[in-house]
Order: sequence, then structure tokens, then C-alpha cells
Amino acid sequence: MRWIRAIDGGADMRASKDNAGKTLLDVRNLNIAYRGELATVEAVSSLSFDLSPGETLGIVGESGSGKTQTALALMGLLPATASVNGSAVFEAQELLGLPEYRLNALRGNRMAMIFQDPMTALNPHLKVGRQMSRVLEHHQGLSARDAFEAAAGMLDAVRVPDARTRLRQYPHEMSGGMRQRIMIATALLCKPALLLADEPTTALDVTVQAQILAILRELQAELGTAILLITHDMGVVAGNCSRVLVMREGRLRESGSADDVFYRPRDSYTRQLLAAVPRLDAKRSTQLTAMSDADSGATEPLLRVSDLRVAFPADRPRFFARRRQLIAVDGVSLDVRRGETLGIVGESGCGKSTLARAVLQLLDGYSGRVCLLGTELGQLRQHELIAQRQKMQVVFQDPLASLDPRMTVGDIIAEPLQTFEPQMTRAERRASVQRMLARVGLLPEHADRYPHEFSGGQCQRIGIARALIARPELVICDEPVSALDVSVQAQVVNLLIELQQEMGLALVFIAHDLAVVRYISHRVLVLYLGRVAEIADSVSLYESPRHPYTQALIAAVPIPDPQLQRSRQTVLLRGDVPSPLDPPSGCAFRTRCPQADALCAAERPQLRTVGASELACHHA
Amino acid sequence: MTAAGRSLWDDAWRSLRRNRAAMTALGIMGVVLVLVLFAPLLSPYAYDSTDWDRISTPPSLSTGHWFGTDDVGRDLFVRTLHGGRISLLVGLAATLVSLIIGVAWGATAGYVGGRTDQFMMRIVDVLYAMPFMFFVILLMVFFGRNILLIFVAVGAVNWLDMARIVRGQTLSLKKREFIEAARAGGVSTYNIIRRHIVPNLLGVVVVYVTLTIPQVILVESFLSFLGLGVQEPMTSWGALVNDGAQTMETAPWALIFPALFLALTLFCFNFVGDGLRDALDPRDRRGR
Repeated sequence: MRWIRAIDGGADMRASKDNAGKTLLDVRNLNIAYRGELATVEAVSSLSFDLSPGETLGIVGESGSGKTQTALALMGLLPATASVNGSAVFEAQELLGLPEYRLNALRGNRMAMIFQDPMTALNPHLKVGRQMSRVLEHHQGLSARDAFEAAAGMLDAVRVPDARTRLRQYPHEMSGGMRQRIMIATALLCKPALLLADEPTTALDVTVQAQILAILRELQAELGTAILLITHDMGVVAGNCSRVLVMREGRLRESGSADDVFYRPRDSYTRQLLAAVPRLDAKRSTQLTAMSDADSGATEPLLRVSDLRVAFPADRPRFFARRRQLIAVDGVSLDVRRGETLGIVGESGCGKSTLARAVLQLLDGYSGRVCLLGTELGQLRQHELIAQRQKMQVVFQDPLASLDPRMTVGDIIAEPLQTFEPQMTRAERRASVQRMLARVGLLPEHADRYPHEFSGGQCQRIGIARALIARPELVICDEPVSALDVSVQAQVVNLLIELQQEMGLALVFIAHDLAVVRYISHRVLVLYLGRVAEIADSVSLYESPRHPYTQALIAAVPIPDPQLQRSRQTVLLRGDVPSPLDPPSGCAFRTRCPQADALCAAERPQLRTVGASELACHHA
Repeated sequence: MTAAGRSLWDDAWRSLRRNRAAMTALGIMGVVLVLVLFAPLLSPYAYDSTDWDRISTPPSLSTGHWFGTDDVGRDLFVRTLHGGRISLLVGLAATLVSLIIGVAWGATAGYVGGRTDQFMMRIVDVLYAMPFMFFVILLMVFFGRNILLIFVAVGAVNWLDMARIVRGQTLSLKKREFIEAARAGGVSTYNIIRRHIVPNLLGVVVVYVTLTIPQVILVESFLSFLGLGVQEPMTSWGALVNDGAQTMETAPWALIFPALFLALTLFCFNFVGDGLRDALDPRDRRGR
């Protein structure tokens, strides 16, 4: 059921006459609601904004703020259960309620959209060239050959190397960054006046994100396209948008120029949001500094990993060939001291999670040694290992998936106690669970509920409670906050820091978000293609990175500060991370490194100490 | 189960009670069960005695043959309910056998994986390859005709499907993070299977069980038809439907009543199964 009512009868007239040269898109009083059986959910309420040609408008907000719903409404892509009203005038045409055939003439032609997930937004059964040329054949009536040529030209423009070969490939043959470039190229084929970019870089690594954003900015300058950039990342907004809308729960909280919103936020929610964003350029909190002084005394490391190597069997390239190996972790050594936080950062596929799983003894085969308090875990028998597990616990990335959906929260948190403290009575366990729940900021009565009744942040608190209830000495956190909204991220990270101080825990904090890692870590390890690139204490790593990869990684992280971000010199890395099936010879980073030479290709650099850091590079 | 005050089954029952279709079906099943167990006592006739005066007579209240008589003059009311005992017993017992073996086998093979999995599943494949009828005839020849053997035979075949389904589900569950979390938390393999894998399989298993019970009842009727199942004068719904089908034109009541009971029971199992699947999934409970 969809019913549309033009609130402002004169909207068409006004857009075409008075603001003709000024306003490309004029949204007035947009309401989107879903009528369910029990209640009506208002996804967007009375949202108004406008967009000029060639301008970039950012819409920021956390999940459920209605930012994607807005974009879908403009594109006419909302499901039939949504009721939309208000007005959205695009090039003197009312978009809401436009019949399908008129919308089809606009979509992909005058206005285009880029989706968040480049993996699913392309049709897996069609070659990329076919998908792209269809757009041109449909909208501009080009012949198949001309359309193919135009598509190749556009791929060149988004800097896809070897465009013609790419056009003959299927989407699954390409990396995420490459697919997102193809999505952008497809969207821009007809040189649309308006591009709706819904979280275009959220699924990508930071170095690739920096490339994609640079391409978008360049093409915008060239084609004069207006961009509606929807994102949750304040840093991305700061670097790319001239004006910003802040949304929360379907309502507009604040709008204004980027400078106003960032430097002079009027709305309390905007201020909260900005305060919650961990900043790469922020000084370490005093809380953390105090911690690191406390553990400066030299003691035996809690965890010592030496020369860890994990390889998975992969496919055979030919029938009689040997199986190839996917080397996920390639000779990593690290120490974790009592009470400290070791951050591990790296892009997707660099082996962070595999490293964590190997250390936790969740993988069947690895070589190298993992010693917890001097006990080598790989040598232990099953029951001895179970006893050791009490000292080492884990918090996973996906808060909901890591909790058994059929157990109550109380049972989930109590499970380690059943294993490690079998002598406890039911009542004692229950009391212990209640204390832990209170400690992580949940209510005692939550013990009787099921995980799906909680939000992501609350689920992560449950996961933390489960990890801590048996009083471990080391907790390995594998991307614990990357699935959470910014403001919730901050709460969870602060909770971890508090609990760390209270219980004297050591943490291994794995993340791809460099800013979060900086905030929580004493020392940071940078991983690239399964190898250690650099290890240093977090101040020196972030303030004077030495390895060229660390430098590029830090430069690629957008800082939520418009002026700073605009003036930053970004070193853009070339290309994508190489496949771990076929790593480059010598230094793993040499294919993307600006300083690479013959030595890098010939010899693998060993870790050596330079200043305050240890790094693997021939040149730094 | 442990510290919490609500167990999975308490919750499932509470939510099942709100499901009208399932509760109605459960009620009908209860009535059928009571009838099957006690109603033959109400009738003056025995299941194996012939009423020589009334051969193939239609249902009538005055004669006391409420469902009529068959072509040798036996009372169909008593026979239908007597047959129900056998059918339900075979259906439930054989399914229980296949449930226990199949779930344990499939969950172990799927969770442990590797060589163990290969070995266990190859055994399943070999058993699959054995012709079922041949297997039953062999059993009958060696051990003589016995109702217990039917349970064994049907159960021995049905658990193979169950094991395959359960193994497939286990493989996908095994990769979920909560299983890894349990391993990292030092939970033993046995406890992971018992506490995490099996409860999460329940939805699929329950649905499969509700499909198996009717299937087993039908298999039993087929065996009876071949002379390998229940022997005269004992009977079952399957056997009655078979007999009735042969005299369908002259004595439709001999088909209608047993078929009605059989169909009603099978429907009820399906509704209860659907209801249970929803009730056992905590995620479905909201807004119901």
C-alpha cells in the first residue's frame, strides 16, 4: 500500500522556475512508514533537504536512522509494504509516486545508486561487460559494440587496470575493491546528475576506501555529478562532503556545512556522535598511559608466540598438480605481557583472525609454538588443554552469532563455570552470573532472556561477560566492535578498558579500525599478508610510522575533521592486497610499495629494531 | 537447564499453547489415542470374531456394528481401533529408534569430521545400498514373524535419512561462532554436541520426525500387504485400508473409517510438528 500526497502543491513549479539553476533535488517533508500487524514503524519522519548540482551532501547516522530508507525512497526501490508521503522533486519531476516506466527512464540514466555490498550488487551470472553495456543500450540506444567501448572507457576512468579483460570476466573473479569500482563505473556510465552512494566504502579496507573515495571525487569534478553520500563514518564525511545531515531514528537532528557540524555542532546527539568517534590523531587517554607505566617492569610474557605459520590446503591448479597452499599466517612471533593490550591491525585477508584462532587452539594444524605462561599449548593432551583454556578466553566479532540462540543468556554466561568450576552449586553459579551481568552493565533479570532479544551492543556485553566469568588472564578480542554502531563501540571499548584494569587482564585486540586500536592498545602489531610488518608501542607507531605499509595505512584512515582531512596529503597505495595463494617473492608488500626495488623482490626482510619499533623492511 | 529458571522445554510448551492449530491437533491426537486404547472395550464384539449373520453389512447403530462389518463379518469399529494400536506403536517406536540412532550418528559424524566422518557416512551408504525388502525378508526368514522385527527393520532403514540430514545441519552449525566460543571456553566435544549442536538441530529434526511417522505407518501397511507385516487376525490401519480398497465399490465403509483415522492422525502429526518447530525456536516467539 502506497499513498502519496504532495504536501506542497507548488513544489513542481518552484523547482522548475525559481530554483532552476540552483536545486537539483528538493526533498520536502518525506515520511516513510511500515505498517506492521502490531504497530506502525516510522522509518523516516518529515525529512527535508535539498541538493545542488555538483554538490556532495553527506547523510550520517547510526543503523536504524533511516538514511538508507531515504535513498531507496528516492530511487523508488522501497518494498510495497512501505507507505511514503511528502515530496521529492528531481529536475522538476516529482519522484514519489512516479509510475514505474517513468522511473526506469530516470534510474541508471539521470540518477544512479551505488550499494554497500559490492559482492551482491552485481549479477553473478553475467559478465561485467554485459552488465555495463546493457545500461547504455537501454538508456542511450547504443549498439552493443559502442556500448562495450564506452564501458571500457569508463573502467579506465575509475582506474581499473586492463579494462578490456575485466569486461570479459564474471564478478566473482574480482576483489571487493574492484567490484566496487565496477559498480561506480556502471552508475556513472550515463553521466547522471545525481549519484546516491549508500555506504559505498563500508565493506572495503581503508587503503582501498581511500582509492575509491579519490576516484569518486575526481569523477565528480569532471562530470559535475551531485553525490548523496550515505555513511556512518564521520571521517569519510569530513573529507568528502560540503554539507552534512545528521539523522537519528528517522529524524533529522542537524544539518549544515561540514565545518559547522564538525566544529560547531548545535545538536546534543551530533556532539555525542562526534565525541564517540575514536580519532586516529587523538592523544592517548590518561587512563591508558597510567596503565602502561604500571607494567613497565620486565616479567615473563603471558603469551609468547614464536614463528607461527598456518597454511590451509587449497585447490589444485591442474588435475595432476600438487595442491596449492593458502598461507594465512606466515612466521608470526609476538609477546603479550601481563595487563597490557596488544592491538593487531591489518586489512581483510591478512590473517588476523586465523592468528587468533591458532593461538586459541581452535585450528587443527599450525607450525610454530604458542606458549601460555611457559606451557606450550600445542603439545598438550585434550584434557590438559581444556584446563589451560580457563586462562585464555575469546570475544568474537559477530555479537549475535557467537551466542547460542537456544540458550538463555544466564546459561550462556554460566557455561565456562560449568567447565572450570564444576564444584559450584546451581545457586552459586546463578549468583556469579548475576554479578557478572551487573558488571557489564546489564540487568539481573536479563539472565532469563534469549540472545535475539538484545541489541548488538548488549550481545557483545554478554559475550564479554562469558569471556570474563572464569577470571581468565588473557582475552583475545577478534574484531569485537566492528559490527557495532559508533556510539556503542565506544561504550564497549571503555567497558573492556575498565574490566582490564579491574581484573589485571591482558588483551589482544584485533581490528581493522586503526583509530579504535590506537585508543585501547599499549602496543600495536601491523600484519600484512600473514607477516608482521611492524610492531611498536602505539604512540610511536601512530606518530612516526616507519614501515611504508604502516605509513600508507595510517594515511588512508579518514579523520573526522573537515579542514585537517582536506589538507592531508594522502599517499594512495596501488592496487589490492595480493592473493595469499600466490604471495609475491621477497617482501610481501613490494607489489604496492612506493619504495620497492630489486632487493625487495629478491630477499624477504627480517624483523629488526629501528628506533622504538621492530619492523620488516629493507629500506626504512 | 541450569542456572536459569526457564528451560528450553518450558518455553517451548508455553509458546506451543498459543498455537491454535497445533493445540487442536494435539487435542484430536489425544482423543484418537484414548479411543484406540479404551474404546474397543465398549463394543460387545472382539476384533477376531465373526458375526455370521452380518457379513459385509453397512454401519448401523442398532446392530452394534458402528462402523459396519467386513467381508468375513468382523466388526470394523473394533478392528479400526485395534489396528490403530499397531499403527501408532509401529510409527512411534520405529521413529524413536531412527531418531535416537540418526541424531547421535549424524551429529557425531558431522561435528567430529575428518576420517571419522568419512568412515561413519560410508557405513550409512553401504546400508542404503541394501534393498529394504530383501532385508526384511531375510529378518523374517531367520527370526520368524514378529511385530518387534518390524520396528527393527523400519527403524534400521529410517535412521539413515535422519543421520544424513542431521550431519548436513551439523556441518553448517559447526562453523558458527557460538560453537567456536564454546570450544574456546573449554567445553568438551560431548558437551558441545549435547548442549549446542543437538538443541539447534531440533527444528529440522522435529519436522523430519513428523514426516517419518506417517511414512512408517504407510511402510507397515505395505509390509502387511505383502504378508510380511501384521498377521491376520491382527490388523493395522494400513492393512485395513488395503482390505477396504479391494471392496471399495460394494462396501465403502470398510475403506472410509480406517482411512479417516489414518488421515486424521497424519494431519495432526504434521500440525503438531510445525507448531513444535516454531515453539522450539526462541527467535520465533516474539509477537506470536
